[in-house]
Amino acid sequence: MYCDECKIRPATVHLTQIINGQMIQMHLCEQCAAKKGASVFNSADTGFSIPNLLGTLFSNVYNVQGISSPAVSSVSCPNCGMDFERIRQTGKLGCSECYFTFERELEPTLRRVHGNSQHIGKVPRRGGGKVMLKKKIEELKNRLQRAVAREEYEKAAEIRDEIKRLEKEME
Amino acid sequence: MGVSDLLNQSFVAWMDADKGADSDIVVSSRVRLARNLSMIPFPHMLNDETGSKVVDEIRKAWKKSTSSELNRMDLVTFDQLSILDRKILMEKHLISPEHSESNARFKGIMVNNDGSLAVMINEEDHLRMQCFLPGLRLMECYNRIQLIDDELEKSLDFAFDERRGYLTSCPTNVGTGMRASVMLHLPALSLSGQTSRIFQNVSQLGMTVRGLYGENTDTVGNFYQLSNQITLGQTEEDIINNLTSIAGQIIEQERITRQKLLREMPYQLEDRIGRAYGILTNARVITSNEALMHLSDVRWGVDLGLIKNLKPFALNELIVAIRPAHLQKKAGKEMEPFERDVKRAEVIKEKLASH
Repeated sequence: MYCDECKIRPATVHLTQIINGQMIQMHLCEQCAAKKGASVFNSADTGFSIPNLLGTLFSNVYNVQGISSPAVSSVSCPNCGMDFERIRQTGKLGCSECYFTFERELEPTLRRVHGNSQHIGKVPRRGGGKVMLKKKIEELKNRLQRAVAREEYEKAAEIRDEIKRLEKEME
Repeated sequence: MGVSDLLNQSFVAWMDADKGADSDIVVSSRVRLARNLSMIPFPHMLNDETGSKVVDEIRKAWKKSTSSELNRMDLVTFDQLSILDRKILMEKHLISPEHSESNARFKGIMVNNDGSLAVMINEEDHLRMQCFLPGLRLMECYNRIQLIDDELEKSLDFAFDERRGYLTSCPTNVGTGMRASVMLHLPALSLSGQTSRIFQNVSQLGMTVRGLYGENTDTVGNFYQLSNQITLGQTEEDIINNLTSIAGQIIEQERITRQKLLREMPYQLEDRIGRAYGILTNARVITSNEALMHLSDVRWGVDLGLIKNLKPFALNELIVAIRPAHLQKKAGKEMEPFERDVKRAEVIKEKLASH
């Protein structure tokens, strides 16, 4: 199946939206889904990520339709193609990205199994550096927003450059 | 190399009872860490081709490492091992029953020559590494397996999230990805009917009790595996300390009950142990369950000093040596259940007589 938008790349994101009881299905590639998501929800957040957006959508649809409705098998993991219905059946996720794609759906499960949903144990040494970096970037993004709100554009530009530099370092 | 040694003898490190604390009651301690490669689909989504890339990555990380612990390990994929050899590894608790069923070239094991360190490759997670030692030594197990974890992490990109911790195929393992367990031998608590009450209490503390071979296996021969259930929201050290202290309390209860039974019904107890020893040294045909049951009594007899000149080590070895794959390996041929029962009786008699 090809992407409904660009009709070139294969569709890996399957989106079902229910607006006023009307169901609209879209099959998109990751790039078009990102564009679509950005335009539909007008996200100004630079940390915007498709998995998070779709996770949010998914749970909204759930609330409207009820959990067992087969019409809402809408989101699949952009990395491995897993959908939540299959996760529920097998009890297994498809890949590490599923934790972000299905974050909302997993939260109650984690709380039920572990009585908790926040890790406080070991952090990988090398990957740990990345975690620190990520935290730093998030903090800078908050500062960026505050700077923009206060119309301190020079400072905002500085912060933006710093974020860009750190993001490069992450890769 | 490591694997062939392990396949051709019944000894593994965890059987060496002299080297462990409280080893009259705690047979062994084990700590297992689940790790996955970031972004790569979990093993149940992989096939020979995509899965082999995971094996290659792990192999590269292993070859690159300068750690002596890793250098002493051996890596084998299951297309190179017969079903019998895989069952041998399973019976030694080095791989899970499910893992032993597969002959896929993208599934395998890394293991050192005494079996104290083993890494299952592409079981439920890309890597499941364990350290396995005799007696109550959970912290030591954890410290040792942590080194392997750190060493492999130098070249592998493990899936980790600051909120969810180490990401695993099943959400029941997410967070620390750690399962710590102790194998307990509790004949007195079982005999006095106290185990179910204790295990109920234990489950309220986020721990669980399973049979000899882990999930979905029966408890036989009064052997129980106590392990942590919760992996998220607690540190590794807390989990280990909790489990160690609960194991300590169970050990104490077992000791008190043993003394009480010895005081109140010495004749019955000696009779029971003596009969068990008699059966094991004279039987010609014996099933696995019957053997484990009597071995449990004999073990108790050794702990109480009623049976002399027999080492707990030999008994640990027997738990494994009487399993189907080990019997068939020793006999050098495939055997029907009845033939195995005959061979089992022979192996037991030989072992007990040599001590």
